[in-house]
Amino acid sequence: MATNIEIEPGAALESALVTTESYENFQEMSSSLEEIKNSNFIPSTTDEYLDNCNNLDNDIHLNCSITSTNSKDEEYLQDEEWLSKSKHVFVLSSAGKPIYSRYGNEDRFASYFGIMQALVSFVQADDDSIRSIHAGDTKFVFLFKEPLILVAVSKTEECTLQLTAQLNYVFNQIASTLTLSRLVKIYEQRRNYDLRRLLTGVDRFIDNLLDFSENEPAFTLSAVQCLPLTSSIRDAISAAIIQSCSKIKNVVFGILLAKNQLITLVRMKKYYIHPHDLHLIFNLVQASESFKTVESCWAPICLPRFDSSGFLYGHVSYLAEDCQACLILLTVEGDAFSSLSEAKQRIVERLRRGSCLEAINESLASREESCMEVGFPELRHYIYKSKSTAQFYQPHISAPYSINSRRLVNIYKQAHYKLHCPTRPLKLLFERTPQDAILAWDTRGFELYAVLEPLIETSSAISTVGRLLNWIKKREDKLFHLNAPTF
Amino acid sequence: MLTDVKKIIVAKALILGDQGVGKTSLVLRYLEHEINGTVAPTVGASFFPCSISIGDTLVKLQIWDTAGQERFKSMAPLFYRNSNAALLVFDLTRYESFLNVKEWIVELNRNIDEPIVAFIVGSKTDLFKERQVSKDEAVKYSNHIGAKYYECSALYNQRVEEVFHNVALEMIKLQGDLTLTKTMNVCDGVSVNNSIEVNTIDYGTVIITGSSKENIAHGIKVNNACCFN
Repeated sequence: MATNIEIEPGAALESALVTTESYENFQEMSSSLEEIKNSNFIPSTTDEYLDNCNNLDNDIHLNCSITSTNSKDEEYLQDEEWLSKSKHVFVLSSAGKPIYSRYGNEDRFASYFGIMQALVSFVQADDDSIRSIHAGDTKFVFLFKEPLILVAVSKTEECTLQLTAQLNYVFNQIASTLTLSRLVKIYEQRRNYDLRRLLTGVDRFIDNLLDFSENEPAFTLSAVQCLPLTSSIRDAISAAIIQSCSKIKNVVFGILLAKNQLITLVRMKKYYIHPHDLHLIFNLVQASESFKTVESCWAPICLPRFDSSGFLYGHVSYLAEDCQACLILLTVEGDAFSSLSEAKQRIVERLRRGSCLEAINESLASREESCMEVGFPELRHYIYKSKSTAQFYQPHISAPYSINSRRLVNIYKQAHYKLHCPTRPLKLLFERTPQDAILAWDTRGFELYAVLEPLIETSSAISTVGRLLNWIKKREDKLFHLNAPTF
Repeated sequence: MLTDVKKIIVAKALILGDQGVGKTSLVLRYLEHEINGTVAPTVGASFFPCSISIGDTLVKLQIWDTAGQERFKSMAPLFYRNSNAALLVFDLTRYESFLNVKEWIVELNRNIDEPIVAFIVGSKTDLFKERQVSKDEAVKYSNHIGAKYYECSALYNQRVEEVFHNVALEMIKLQGDLTLTKTMNVCDGVSVNNSIEVNTIDYGTVIITGSSKENIAHGIKVNNACCFN
């Protein structure tokens, strides 16, 4: 067993992340919060707080008036810029009320939302559900998750499954700000509720999430990338977090990240974080520039895959002026801010003493080596995902993709789709176009996507990939977070 | 530098108000002396520690800048506990935000067990042309509830400093008036330590009700509530 696992680079016996299939059903949710709370005494204030959350009486008086006229709708239909966007995303309530539009003011084309709602409910009347409409190069993808309808209108090359996955992320982002339980409850009480009242400011997170999911392989792969650090440094950082939080009850996750890369993740025994939830945290940090100006922030965060019914509280802060890594300590206790603040101070002191801050800065400042630089001239770029740890590694993007990285992203997305196509998944793919060649390989332990020179021989492509796997194996300690430390 | 500090007071100040009235801008202007472009909406609540020295006293103000969005409203009670000052900010160009200050006052009254000093701050004086709340009305209301009233502009840095300076002054007064207030940490001497002490222990102090039902300012408590139920 042990030897078997050592074969794949970046594999580990235990992972801090839940490992998943890419297009799995997003429905499944767990309810870990109750468990944690039940195992400990809950102060009464938490209950009161939850009561307050559920109290919607205050919401009745203000209703946003929707001022839409046909002439205004037509304005958008004729707006070339609006029409030329490659991907529109809309969110509406199951009653057809507009909630979000990626571009433009959703009030201005309220009638479109009516059409979307009609399409969904028409098909639903036959106990069926509409998934997509294909019209020329445009795809209309629908996702109906009570109580919301999400629609993507896309001219990109992404497949229906990838678009549905993005809509799921949008849904999870909304659930993350309100909790799914509350969302459902709101609409149970008032079907016509205008959800935008509760979502002010969330547009920014959804906008960012969509850009993020279009450009980052992490989303397609359901995995995260780690900041390269020697394993002794990474262990020292994990130890600093564990020791500093050891006396604090109910800290569920301690996450340190920088530049969209994970530095370490410490978890409570028995609990794992799902990559989708971790992506929401990355998104939160990335979209909140304001965290940088603040000493620390205390924010309720619902991780829908962890527990969609309640909030965790996040102590969010950057480590120091001279180290722009962001520390997130998640707990179930609403009043633990001060003890976590103290813990954070201790963590920073420990990291400073152990010269870990310098190590983080050094890694942040240094550019990843390109394939050429490490001796793979025929290899242009690659992504390696270790399945057992839900982590991936990619080198620096170099020519010819440095200018058009979108093209590279598309190559990966299509190869990923071909490996995971539900009707006919492939294990190995080698495809050559006049511009590039791709070799994609799905094994039990890893997925590898290698983009090569278009004129390469198949045999040398295979030998390159073999050498590459050895190269990654030698560096796995540095490129992956192989321990799964716990509090 | 700290040699002539004789007394250190640690106090917690809460900033409340509608979304977009400029709560974060106010704090950032005071602490950083500049604001780069628009300030993103606050998520949850942000914590800013700052120290203000007045005479021989150093006031360590722990500023809690809360998010104004409605979905975070239910989170506010987490911060009421042990607060010594509340800055209720409204936008002078939005009458509704002024009305909501009154709601915050009611909300505060319902939730606090300790005396708290209230400050009402009208923001965005720079947009004087679009002003919807008259000074008279704001002053009248502030006097009525016994709160101090200020108008300022975070954009042009007008009277921002004054607001926080006065908060510090009032904290010194409050500490002098009410030695009973256990939530305010007072240390004598020069031992300035850097640790953050946000939550001092709440001993469940009960202060006997004052005269006016609406007055929560200047250490007069409204409800005879007892902590540790």
